[in-house]
Amino acid sequence: MRLGTVAARKPRNRWPDATPWLLLVPIAVSLGTVSVYPILNGLWLSLRNTSLVSQQDDFVGLLNYGVLLGDDAFWNAWRHTLVFTFVSTALETVIGMGMALLLFEQFTGRSLIRAAMLVPWAMPTVVTSKMFGWLFDGQHGVVNWLLLSAGLIRDNINWYGSVDHALGTIIVADVWKTTPFMALLLLAGLQTIDGSLTEAARMDGAKTWQAFLYVRLPMLWSTLLIAGLFRALDAFRVFDLVYVLTGGGPADSTETLSTLSYKTLFSTLQFGYGSTLSTAMFITEAIIAVGFAVFIVRQLGRAR
Amino acid sequence: MIGRRRTASRQALIFAGATAILVWSAAPFIWQLSTSFQDDKALTAATPSFWPSPGTLDHYYNVFAAKHFQLYVLNSIIVAGLTTLFCLAIGAMAAFSLSRLRIKQRFGILITILSVSMFPQIALVGPLYLIAANLGLLDTFTSLVITYVALGLPLVTWVLFGYFETFPRELDEAARMDGIGTIGLLVRIIVPLSAPALVTVGLLAFIAAWNEFMFALAFTSNIEHQTIPVGIANFTNLYYVPWGDIAAASVVVTLPLILLVLFFQRHIIEGLTQGAVKG
Repeated sequence: MRLGTVAARKPRNRWPDATPWLLLVPIAVSLGTVSVYPILNGLWLSLRNTSLVSQQDDFVGLLNYGVLLGDDAFWNAWRHTLVFTFVSTALETVIGMGMALLLFEQFTGRSLIRAAMLVPWAMPTVVTSKMFGWLFDGQHGVVNWLLLSAGLIRDNINWYGSVDHALGTIIVADVWKTTPFMALLLLAGLQTIDGSLTEAARMDGAKTWQAFLYVRLPMLWSTLLIAGLFRALDAFRVFDLVYVLTGGGPADSTETLSTLSYKTLFSTLQFGYGSTLSTAMFITEAIIAVGFAVFIVRQLGRAR
Repeated sequence: MIGRRRTASRQALIFAGATAILVWSAAPFIWQLSTSFQDDKALTAATPSFWPSPGTLDHYYNVFAAKHFQLYVLNSIIVAGLTTLFCLAIGAMAAFSLSRLRIKQRFGILITILSVSMFPQIALVGPLYLIAANLGLLDTFTSLVITYVALGLPLVTWVLFGYFETFPRELDEAARMDGIGTIGLLVRIIVPLSAPALVTVGLLAFIAAWNEFMFALAFTSNIEHQTIPVGIANFTNLYYVPWGDIAAASVVVTLPLILLVLFFQRHIIEGLTQGAVKG
């Protein structure tokens, strides 16, 4: 938006100078109207009691934020979101690292494996969600059947229909969908590392795992942290998987901040309080991102 | 001798690991494929059968004839197609301006564009819904396309910027010597040279729009404008979950994506990893 007005103010006869800015007008308009303005508008709404049901629309200051701090549903969703973010990011990073190290080796059929790894990434999340619904179905799910046949469980488990297992099932689905992508990111990072370094370490008598731990891992640190950060930010806003698989249930045991905000907005039509929830989420994410960024910069500074 | 034995066990380990990754990545979808051809009796049997016999096309028939799935598919093609075109056009202009023309604040602008893409979408959906409602844009392709273009632009611009940066500056000089203007440089030189990057990033934008769920759920309420993810999410019957129908629909929407991705896999991996590795 801002860029647009600057460009328009330039005098006509000097328009060749304005060309670079004119070319940026469309993206500025697009991001301004669909991202920047709504974020600010959401911040404004979060200070109002706007509701499409009661038709109220007044400024109430920080009242909503006060309500939020005492809202059990919010803290419940907040806990689930943190658990989901932490566990799924950790699993995806560790398993992804393993997959990347494997794919780094030369072997026949490597490109086939790499292609297969793009399948979970390309699949719509809604389809993943439904697919896991079928795999983990409490009555006829193939996962129960496999576990029963292997003697690992005695009775069918009602995976996403029970309070104890629902969040775990969602984490498994997310790990399935996202780990291969993580692996490909880390693989790209591995490939930028000079192979002669590991070779030299080997010559000096280092074992394979030592070469990994003391040579490759430190050099991969920045890729690992950045990939982890992006993954964590993405996991923090998990919506599709939860909404389609459990809808936040059973008994709110899988409610996350995104699904709670969505329901507050579109089921109870409280746009004021719903915006407070989503703005609180935005602020939390910004803090995580900045904190992580500072950590990354420090780590990299120390490495050098 | 010791060295050779070590490589043999290493080979076995690599083989086992590779098989595990293959099964992990492909098995769930293959099971979905098999499910889509099995009748409901086989699906609810005590022992699941992995090969559909007798096979049936009932689920595919239900999906298209009874649930009008082709309408969702058409809607998704329109929305994702338009999104891709606009993303490429706007993204190419922005990347060209930032990469080839002398803009002093280019890195500041790039970082701004990237940080805008970090905004959580749940924080945008409420205000955008109210705006769309006020403008009478609910239940239109327009609202979806406008939203998806903005969501896709940061990645498109970033990847194209990286690609444009690889062209030598002499190219611009030569074009100017030939009397080609700024816009001509973009349209007649840079864009044709960037075909591989445009295809990759266009595919990424297309897949993102094709798969998007939350905005489509919020903005559309009838089958005339709903996209595939919303259609599949609503696939429930009153008394039971039609797993076979869901599997058939899943195969229909996922198979084209998988074929596209397999065809372009090398480009996609390069495009996707560019940001994280260079950063």
